[in-house]
Amino acid sequence: MAVTLTVNGKQHQVDVPPDTPLLWVIRDVIGLTGTKFGCGIAACGACTVHVGGQAVRSCITSVGDVGDPVTTIEGLDPDGNHPVQRAWRDANVPQCGFCQSGQIMQAAAFVASTRNPDDRQITEAMSGNICRCGCYQRIHAAVKAASTGA
Amino acid sequence: MSAHALIQNVSRRNFLKGAGSAAGLVVALQFMPAGKALAAVGYATGAGEMPHGTVNDPHVFITIDPSGAVTIVTHRSEMGTGIRTSLPMVIADEMEADWSRVKLVQAPADEPRYGNQDTDGSRSMRHFLQPMRQCGAAMRQMLEQAAAKQWNVPAGEVRALNHEVVHQASGRKLGYGDLATAARDIPVPPVEQLNLKKDADFRYMGKGNVQIFDLHDITTGKAQYGQDIARPGMKFAVIARPPVVGGRVKSFDPAETLKVPGVERIVEIPTQPDRTKYTPLGGIAVIATNTHAAIKGREALKIEWEDGPNASYDSKAYKAQMEEAGRNAAKIVRNEGDPEKAFAGAARKLSAEYYVPHLACAPMEPMVATAVVADGQCEVWAPLQYPYGAREDIAKMLGLPIEKVTVHVTLLGGGFGRKSQSDYAQEAVIVSKALGGTPVKVSWTREDDIRHSFYHTVCFNRLEAALDKDGKVTGWLHRTVAPSLMSTFMPDPKHEHSLELAMGVVDMPFAIPNVRCENGEAAAHTRIGWFRSVSNIPHAFAIQSFVAEIAHELGRDPKDYLLELIGPARKIDISKAGVVDAFWNYGDPYETYPIDTGRLSNVLNVAAEKIEWGRKLPKGHGLGIAVHRSFLTYVATAIEVAVDDQGNLTIPRVDTAIDCGFAVNPERIRSQMEGAAVMGMSSTMFSEITFEKGRAVQGNYDTFEVAHMDTSPLNVRTHIVPHGYDVPASGVGEPGVPPFAPALCNAIFAATGKRIRTLPIGRQDLRPA
Repeated sequence: MAVTLTVNGKQHQVDVPPDTPLLWVIRDVIGLTGTKFGCGIAACGACTVHVGGQAVRSCITSVGDVGDPVTTIEGLDPDGNHPVQRAWRDANVPQCGFCQSGQIMQAAAFVASTRNPDDRQITEAMSGNICRCGCYQRIHAAVKAASTGA
Repeated sequence: MSAHALIQNVSRRNFLKGAGSAAGLVVALQFMPAGKALAAVGYATGAGEMPHGTVNDPHVFITIDPSGAVTIVTHRSEMGTGIRTSLPMVIADEMEADWSRVKLVQAPADEPRYGNQDTDGSRSMRHFLQPMRQCGAAMRQMLEQAAAKQWNVPAGEVRALNHEVVHQASGRKLGYGDLATAARDIPVPPVEQLNLKKDADFRYMGKGNVQIFDLHDITTGKAQYGQDIARPGMKFAVIARPPVVGGRVKSFDPAETLKVPGVERIVEIPTQPDRTKYTPLGGIAVIATNTHAAIKGREALKIEWEDGPNASYDSKAYKAQMEEAGRNAAKIVRNEGDPEKAFAGAARKLSAEYYVPHLACAPMEPMVATAVVADGQCEVWAPLQYPYGAREDIAKMLGLPIEKVTVHVTLLGGGFGRKSQSDYAQEAVIVSKALGGTPVKVSWTREDDIRHSFYHTVCFNRLEAALDKDGKVTGWLHRTVAPSLMSTFMPDPKHEHSLELAMGVVDMPFAIPNVRCENGEAAAHTRIGWFRSVSNIPHAFAIQSFVAEIAHELGRDPKDYLLELIGPARKIDISKAGVVDAFWNYGDPYETYPIDTGRLSNVLNVAAEKIEWGRKLPKGHGLGIAVHRSFLTYVATAIEVAVDDQGNLTIPRVDTAIDCGFAVNPERIRSQMEGAAVMGMSSTMFSEITFEKGRAVQGNYDTFEVAHMDTSPLNVRTHIVPHGYDVPASGVGEPGVPPFAPALCNAIFAATGKRIRTLPIGRQDLRPA
């Protein structure tokens, strides 16, 4: 039942049923724990990764359906200096930090696909990601800064 | 203060001998105004009354490497407040360490060594600011003495400054690394000989210029939470728990479960007959090679439950019971003046009733813990707010001496009170033991978290006011009804505990001559626990809404009327307020932290001024305001709402004014106020746990709704009342929450004429009346 997938540029063969959610393959089998489990039903976005550059919820994505390369928070930038990551630090976004991998991956896909977004577009793009600490104001500001190079 | 506690306090808590550091018990006897010669002795707090008090020994908290690297132990749990950074920041500032050369190490659960680690009640800064300053000051003076000795000059001629000690006369300098070994051998100076820095010399305290230590790790996915623990050979488990508290497994069939690929076995966790404190609920654990397999295996379990005595718990019926209790005379908990006479002679009487439902903390990281129980020892890794309490409970459960139990504290993916209750850590221990010592990680799904929480209490409040012919309130009746969280710790008292009543009922600060507070009976039928700001939420919602309702009835401006009710600036003499039980002041001495109506009115004025109270607003907009003292801190929230013709609500602006005494880390205070507005938004607008047939109806974020970015205020402005160190620091994590709901509902009323008395607003029609 081996499934082959590429995560952060590295190929993995994993021995799990193909309907296993990508999230648990990344976390429990491959051992990359930056991607978080928050709800299991794509309601919170903590598990967001990129598949072929698109932001997806890994908790409802079967590993067998994953054809394109996967990027997790660990692979977003070799030095952790993606513009979104830098903007996050400049704005002191995180409180507990648990949801932030998913927030950052969501934001990184968004800024790559949308030039000079307005406030409403940012809000729409980020509203599927829950932050129970309530960092939304700073997340919004950080996405704006990252997307405008401000 | 008992003599016993006093002796204990002196003997075991304060390494720095003499007048005892942060230990309020000792200091209370030798209270000196700040700024005098004994500044290091400071002001009294209740820290000494907490288990294991405080420790201010620099050798416990600080290590200096010959390279100059400073390692500081941080002993409180990090759940998002920034405390893991802020307390070491205090040490670094006081010892004149350069923050860029400081590393942090998280303490394991070890209160005898580090002092109290129970991270709740917004207590960390309140109780540890002074001991951490003493700790840093002692180390600074030891470094100075070491340098003076080496140069053979009087200690008074040298000065520590930014990671080195300087001899001013000769210009000689020695780095902290060079002095590390010598300083370690200098005796720790007694607290009376410590010289704390002057406020003007603070490098980090009060500045907000230090970023949280974990910022880079969080933004790169390297930060390690409880969920991220991995041990060699570790198995993954989830547990099927009784859906009704007090229920148990009647029978089960694991045949299908054991066929699921990856599932290895099941472990039965017996339900304990007497559930107290944080005892796990029991159930069936499914053990697998990964979390997903365990979840699939659990889905395949066939279990028949015996529901037990709480099977009839129904929120609708319970609400009716609470209303009944709240509409009749009940247990008197505060009686001042002659309220009967005031109501009998009133020119006008007003009343209103308010309801706030159960809530779940629902932190983003669901409960999780990893344990190994082998060779007569136990090791646990978990996101715990009260790690030493967990360690004690686990040792007791296993029958092991506490030395044989090690509890490592990970970062917490949110807490909000839920992670004060360590049932999930105990579960991991039980399962690892049953597996003969295999390391196991027990994960809760979101449904497990929502359905098996320790819930915020459900609360009904009835308020009545007697008014004279001039519209002055002459009598006040507040009747509150809520199952008590004490039911989690002891046989259900069926009445709110004095600590719950002091969160917004008996501490009511208005200048009203005749006051009656009553508490109706309510039995608990689920596990009641801690939720950020606890009983302040329903109590402040009721009172701060009611005052606005009175103002409206009288045609008065709600902010002016609220100020008038608060009355002249004074420190309330709570001993004369007619509070029946001993007044609980968040565990801290009233002399240090009295109810100060001047500070209460001030934050109200600041918030009003900042939101430009009274300005002309566009159609459909309204301003609302509320103020509340909790966790010894004063917070006023002013909100501008906009409600369109369809009843859709947006929040253009929130202005929050906070007076928390000396603001140690203003940057994190702001983030806490912004977060409190979002959490306030969630519980005002969306969140509710209801029970049917004893079971929580909601199960995930699709049914237990919380605020998202598109439903949150994104323009929250925080205004911190400036104070020096001489005004004792008070709580920050929780007090931003209580005023939010009434401020919002008052704003909605101003915008629409619709008065909200039942939370959450949910589908209530907000179209203009």
